[in-house]
Amino acid sequence: MGRYVIRRLLQMIPVFIGSTFLIFFMVYALGDPVAALFGDKAPDPATAARIRKDLYLDEPLWKQYLHYMGQILTGDFGTAFNGQKVTELMASAFPVTLRLTIVALLFEIVVGIVLGVLSGLRRGRSLDTSVLLITLIVVSIPTFVSGYVLQFLIGVKWGVVTPAVSPYAPFGELILPGVVLALTSLAYVTRLTRTTIAENSRADYIRTAVAKGLPRHRLVTRHLLRNSLIPVVTFIGTDVGALMGGAIVTERIFNIHGVGYQLYQGILRQNSPTVVGFVTILVIVFLLANLLVDLLYAVLDPRIRYA
Amino acid sequence: MRGAVRARWAACVLSGALAATAAGCGSGGHDEPGLVRASWSDPQNQLEPANTNEVQGGKVLYMIFRGLKRYDPRTGAAENMLAEKIDTTDQQNFTITLKDGWTFSNGEKITSRSFVDAWNYAALADNKQKNASFFEYLDGYDKVHPDSGEPTARTLSGLAVKDDRTFTARLRTKFSTWPDTLGYTAYSPLPRAFFDDHAAWLKKPVGNGPYGIDSYHRGSAMRLRRWDGYPGEDKARNDGVELRVYTDNNTAYTDLQAGNLDLVDDIPSAQLKNVRKDLGDRYINQPAGIIQTLAFPMYDERWSASGMEKVRRGLSMAINRDQITDQIYRKTRTPATDWTSPALGDQGGYKGGLCGGACRYDVAGAKSLIEEGGGLPGGRVTLTSNVDTGSHRVWMDAVCNSINNALGKDRACTVNPIGTFADFRNQQTEQRLTGPFRSGWQMDYPLIQNFLQPLYYTDASSNYGKFSDPQFDKLVDEANAESSQDKANAKFQEAERILAQQMPAIPLWYQNGSAGYSSRISDVTLNPFSVPVYEQIKIG
Amino acid sequence: MPEPEPYPEPRAVDPQPAMDAITPGDGGAMTLATGDARSLGEGPLPGGPGSAKSRSLWSDAWHDLRRNPVFLISALVIVFLVLIAIRPGLIASGNPLQCDLAKAQEGSQPGHPFGFDTQGCDVYTRTVHGARASIAVGICATAGATLLGSVLGGLAGFFGGWWDALLSRIADIFFGIPIILGGLVFLSVVTSGSVWPVVGFIVLLGWPQISRIARGSVVTAKQNDYVQAARALGAGNRRMLLRHIAPNAVAPVIVVATIALGTYIALEATLSFVGVGLKPPTVSWGIDISNASVQIRNAPHMLLWPAGALSITVLAFIMLGDAVRDALDPKLR
Repeated sequence: MGRYVIRRLLQMIPVFIGSTFLIFFMVYALGDPVAALFGDKAPDPATAARIRKDLYLDEPLWKQYLHYMGQILTGDFGTAFNGQKVTELMASAFPVTLRLTIVALLFEIVVGIVLGVLSGLRRGRSLDTSVLLITLIVVSIPTFVSGYVLQFLIGVKWGVVTPAVSPYAPFGELILPGVVLALTSLAYVTRLTRTTIAENSRADYIRTAVAKGLPRHRLVTRHLLRNSLIPVVTFIGTDVGALMGGAIVTERIFNIHGVGYQLYQGILRQNSPTVVGFVTILVIVFLLANLLVDLLYAVLDPRIRYA
Repeated sequence: MRGAVRARWAACVLSGALAATAAGCGSGGHDEPGLVRASWSDPQNQLEPANTNEVQGGKVLYMIFRGLKRYDPRTGAAENMLAEKIDTTDQQNFTITLKDGWTFSNGEKITSRSFVDAWNYAALADNKQKNASFFEYLDGYDKVHPDSGEPTARTLSGLAVKDDRTFTARLRTKFSTWPDTLGYTAYSPLPRAFFDDHAAWLKKPVGNGPYGIDSYHRGSAMRLRRWDGYPGEDKARNDGVELRVYTDNNTAYTDLQAGNLDLVDDIPSAQLKNVRKDLGDRYINQPAGIIQTLAFPMYDERWSASGMEKVRRGLSMAINRDQITDQIYRKTRTPATDWTSPALGDQGGYKGGLCGGACRYDVAGAKSLIEEGGGLPGGRVTLTSNVDTGSHRVWMDAVCNSINNALGKDRACTVNPIGTFADFRNQQTEQRLTGPFRSGWQMDYPLIQNFLQPLYYTDASSNYGKFSDPQFDKLVDEANAESSQDKANAKFQEAERILAQQMPAIPLWYQNGSAGYSSRISDVTLNPFSVPVYEQIKIG
Repeated sequence: MPEPEPYPEPRAVDPQPAMDAITPGDGGAMTLATGDARSLGEGPLPGGPGSAKSRSLWSDAWHDLRRNPVFLISALVIVFLVLIAIRPGLIASGNPLQCDLAKAQEGSQPGHPFGFDTQGCDVYTRTVHGARASIAVGICATAGATLLGSVLGGLAGFFGGWWDALLSRIADIFFGIPIILGGLVFLSVVTSGSVWPVVGFIVLLGWPQISRIARGSVVTAKQNDYVQAARALGAGNRRMLLRHIAPNAVAPVIVVATIALGTYIALEATLSFVGVGLKPPTVSWGIDISNASVQIRNAPHMLLWPAGALSITVLAFIMLGDAVRDALDPKLR
């Protein structure tokens, strides 16, 4: 087990190099970012050349990359175009997004699994059908619509919460955005839970347990749920990173200065230090989340072991 | 203050999180009542006067700096501010005399050095100031800012300090209206602190305007306080301004409706239909010095061949500007009838209708002109614009539909949206675009020269379509040499008539500034640059 | 031999479960495969030259499906959708590119039951004509991502070891690519506005998720007694994967794929919004939904119809997926 974890952690090194290079290359492929800094005006060549030199943009790609990696090893993630250090940006953005992600994950886990279990146990009944319909609405209405509508109704019309999140983004203000962010994933979690619950409820060990006369709640939580969670846990593992990096729309709507927002700004302004820095951290989050999921497999299904 | 806010929040979270009824915890009763809470977004560059070329940074600079001249917030006319007088006899050598009694908010006296040092700093290529090109009219600019290689001089030879209150400026060519350009923030004076401890100054800039910066949290908020020792007449009428960074103008608008914000200076296009209903007369919609045009790639033989001017004019006539500005923009744009802006006023050289019939919607005329000119190159036209900002996609679709309807064809006009502004700009500069592309222009100073020379003069800096017409260039040169502004304006307007004939760019519409505000504040106006005049805002 | 990743220790395969596995009523796939050979003759599905056992599994499923009303209804809806995707003119004779700005955002009126959008185009005509691009993107991207994802994920889960490490880490890197960055890089060079680059891009970014799910299911299914039994009985890898593991691991993949179909159609909207997705003159629900969503307060009808069409499509595929899954699940018999 310990050796397994160490091996997985060591695998991060090639992934780290691979992903930084890939993202670095992608930002590079977007083209020269300097011209856009001058707004409506054409850039004057002398200033533009000096800015390029400052940003190492006048070097070939591989040199730029080596220089960037060299900087990173000394803890310097470079600066955004407005002069702010990327480490500073990350220090302010990641905690906010982490809180948002926690809210969203809690919501999709609790509500998703409860709805999934209920509809899986009552397949084909009215509850199952209504959950299916909710799923459909959630899937076919884009986040920006549900975001704006909920923001307007709850924030402006009824005045229950502030429509825009303040810069310090405490948990209380993040409940609504977290729910909006989690909606699409909620559909997945509910459907996945429902299907595996429905499937496993006919398994022999459940029949045996029923025959033994186990109480129903114990049956559901101990036997049925535990054996049905692997696909759900897998999905949630893939979702952690997606929620953190993909909250672009939600963060914009609710004025959250988090990872998605900074990443989007970095991409639009083609600032490779920002984009590569943020994505690198996100990839590490993916790796850790997946490691955790793989370890959870063994907890949920003792037959799975790690050498 | 912030600690208190956070504590309050913690309490709210504890009590209200589970019930999800955080009522009362939501809205900000914790704000200082004398502060105006206004929307903002992150400035793209560091807040140096000569390095700020967009509105968001400009907002702050307008509050904390005053230059030699200032544009009247209502009329746009250039009036002396720190300058007592600016004299010239030959439209090329200027003597500038400063008023007495001005200081920076840190107490340092403003002398002619404050200006000359600031301008030399801005022009020197090593300092990488994005507005350096504004100093190109001064003698010696090519030494401190050569197109390539190292500068051979550190200071502009055209600038000389005479005494504490007098300095002279020598231009490379005649430029009669040059003094009127000096209200632009790039020409602001700078205190010694800027040069002595640059990093500290950037953290908390110090200037000489009616406000001083109280605190600045990059990426989230800036608090500005009235400077009580401000010597000018345009003192602030409120205690201060809190600029709050919003990720999206729609969110800011929603926060205004919820009562958490006092001023939004950019009404999102999706809300234009209901803004009157939401805000009543607390909605401002007035001309600003911005025009949107569609420039033709004149470097492309297929568009610049002789006879094609008819096709270009025909396309212009196929665009139903009235309908688009009504239906899409709810009159926050005005159909353009020339290549400048009504925000210039008569004094600045605006004269509507110079485009004539070529800017009027006329289906039959459009069809016959395009046919006469030999038809669209390859039978079709593709419009290009970046779509990452400014909801450009909507008008592109509308313009194309209008052209297609006028020509009675389905697919004569198509759009080519580009994901980032940088990509769009690079395709422009590398001349890769083969059809008309968006060309927006926001004026730097309210002079007709600013709308024409940089955009249509041969090889001018922002002449992306590479339009060139000797007659046009000659008229611009003559206009710059005229001794009076009226005469100069007349020449520029004459030059515009050439544009009407040649149609190197189709004028689409003049863009208005729009803003909405809460019932807590009054006396809200926008200046011709579509920036709120913060110092005039009253609370209550 | 490299140490396997999530991989059962060989001793887990003891003879006892193997015995259980072949008792009737338990390890479904095997029992079923041997049990129902008589339906072979009436199986309309071409079973190919494969073994009779496999044919009977699928033909048995087909036998069930034909009697399942849920399957019949959803299949009918899908056939209908595909039909209007191919020939939209059948039910909407108008021209989706013919727009009159004077009618912008007007509500429904005679001859224009769904009203008009911001550009004054007829919403009904655009919704019908948008089916082609949207359904093409939805079906092709889902098919591509599911195929690629389940094959790679399934192999990773089955073989474990370095193969798993390599595939999973590649998936991690792909997960890291922000959609908007990827879209700008891969799609901005495309000027045609056809659906194929968009499909390719969605497959490229969509497969890692499905592969994760498939890998997880295979890792679990592999532990089942009947699989251990089959291994003990000397079944080859190929046979184990296809006959025993795949049918039992497919359910979560079907669930994720059917929902993903909807999110992919919506993703196309995001790409169009950024300016790199489908471009006019292509008409799609995605483009219309993204245009409509900013106007939700003033003209909700603009959103209702294309989003409703998207809902119906997703519903049909979710129900179809459910029915197919049920038919493949021997435990339901």
